[in-house]
Amino acid sequence: MPENTVLSFEEKVSMKLTQLFASFGYKKFKMSKFEEYDLYIENKSFLKSENIIAFNDPTGKLLALKPDVTLSIAKNTADNETEPRKLFYSENVYRVSGNMHEFKEINQIGLELIGDIDTYSLCEVLNIAKLSLKEISENYVLDISHMGLLIGLLESSGLSYEVREEISGYIGTKNSHEIRRVCRENGVDETLCQKLTTLASLYGSIDKIIPEAEKLIVNETTADAVNELKTVCSVLKASGNAENINIDFSVVSDISYYNGITFRGFIEKVPGSILSGGRYDNLLTKLGKNSGAVGFAVYMDLLSYLNKDNDRFDADILLVYDKNTPAQEVFKVANDLRTKGNRVFVSSAVCKNIKYKKMITMGFVKGEG
Amino acid sequence: MSKMINIALPKGRLGEKVYNLLENIGYGCPAVLENSRKLVFEDEKNGVRYFWVKPSDVAIYVETGVADVGVVGKDILLEQNPDVYELLDLGFGKCRMAVAGKKGEILPLDKTIKVATKFPTIAKKYFASKSREIDIIKLNGSIELAPILGMSDVIVDIVETGSTLKENDLEVFEEIVNISARFIANKTSFRFKTEEIELMKSKLEKEI
Repeated sequence: MPENTVLSFEEKVSMKLTQLFASFGYKKFKMSKFEEYDLYIENKSFLKSENIIAFNDPTGKLLALKPDVTLSIAKNTADNETEPRKLFYSENVYRVSGNMHEFKEINQIGLELIGDIDTYSLCEVLNIAKLSLKEISENYVLDISHMGLLIGLLESSGLSYEVREEISGYIGTKNSHEIRRVCRENGVDETLCQKLTTLASLYGSIDKIIPEAEKLIVNETTADAVNELKTVCSVLKASGNAENINIDFSVVSDISYYNGITFRGFIEKVPGSILSGGRYDNLLTKLGKNSGAVGFAVYMDLLSYLNKDNDRFDADILLVYDKNTPAQEVFKVANDLRTKGNRVFVSSAVCKNIKYKKMITMGFVKGEG
Repeated sequence: MSKMINIALPKGRLGEKVYNLLENIGYGCPAVLENSRKLVFEDEKNGVRYFWVKPSDVAIYVETGVADVGVVGKDILLEQNPDVYELLDLGFGKCRMAVAGKKGEILPLDKTIKVATKFPTIAKKYFASKSREIDIIKLNGSIELAPILGMSDVIVDIVETGSTLKENDLEVFEEIVNISARFIANKTSFRFKTEEIELMKSKLEKEI
């Protein structure tokens, strides 16, 4: 039976991603539906949405329906710097999303690499992220950024935490005019202001952006960031894996958790990023671990924007029989059709609520069917 | 060949002004200004497709990617907080978001403030930053009536010249934020139509 007619687009992508991750030796991590509520409260800003479904277990302990998987993996992974842990997951998470401000169950597939993160590990994860996007559609873009540039520039500004947060928000929306306003109101000098607005608007290929990024170096943090970005990009290029990769510093994640390379994946016609990831050593530090970590997640619910399932049929053949036809004959015809690889829906009436390719009738007198 | 850009314009004066600006810099589509009931206009030569939509819907059209770019007031962006890029401040359609009330009165300090507004998110955020408790009365128009009839203590609304307030014997108590028209883009479109959108942005930037 041709499987591509049975599985939905989401199921097919899910299968392909799982196979892809497994081919790199990543092991599946199956987590429970619930997690202790405290874990999320302590790491509130790591989560994309602050709303969590919480409830009491029979002993009165406060639990939550998981809004995120990374936190649980990071918490439960043994701290071992010499031996990397490579895990992937496919789980439902519960978040408030969209404009309706209602909880939704979202299928999320992702992977995490925990351990000593070196150039190879970073490139491996970036490469898997890129291949994941490619499995979804040929029209994809993977945008890479390095949080160190923003963090370093803000460090040198001497601004308060609130103002820094405000500026990184504007970097995320490529909003140069508001950055200029905030800089003006807070007495940031012109050169630094210029660098921040450049950071917000730079976008393009590796070759085009790296030289521009070098002009933004002001201190050690920014220099390290540009160097790491350069190294990673040159490895990806040398291995022939740099097509469809762009650099975009507006890809920002929460500064208190993400500290290095961050990235987002986009598919044409899907609004917003379908893949999101980065290096989150800071989270492990907060959880009291010495390892580093990098990972990403794919938001499977967004696949519906590609409308791949609209032309799917429920059955290949609708077999309609006359009430007078003996049941065993109907059985035989239907089975024959099935052995030939067809999906057969059998009914004594013409069904309007299923989509079929072809209709075959049995036992009707001519002119009746 | 460059790709077609879909542009969402707010119906009304602001949208017409934006269209004229875009026409001047090479994005004309003469049919747009014709008096018709059509909502979609296309000019293949200039690579543009325009939609006229309700001003408060522009951000939604751009966020979902139906429109690649659009022009919308900062008030709508602050109220809806859509996931889009805000690429330019066009510098026109200028006004202020303000707290206003009956002339001669002051913002009550000793009780929960009743606030009538079309912009509940902006009002909540502003008063929360002042540590004040408020009751929101969400209205869709004629906001100025609320304090006059005693329905609310104050209003949070857009103030352009202040003449509407004056005529109704109201005045601005506090200013919240300056508003003007913004050029926004969908995050995915920006990646797949980068050249076209950046070109439009830089041409607009030169005009303003």
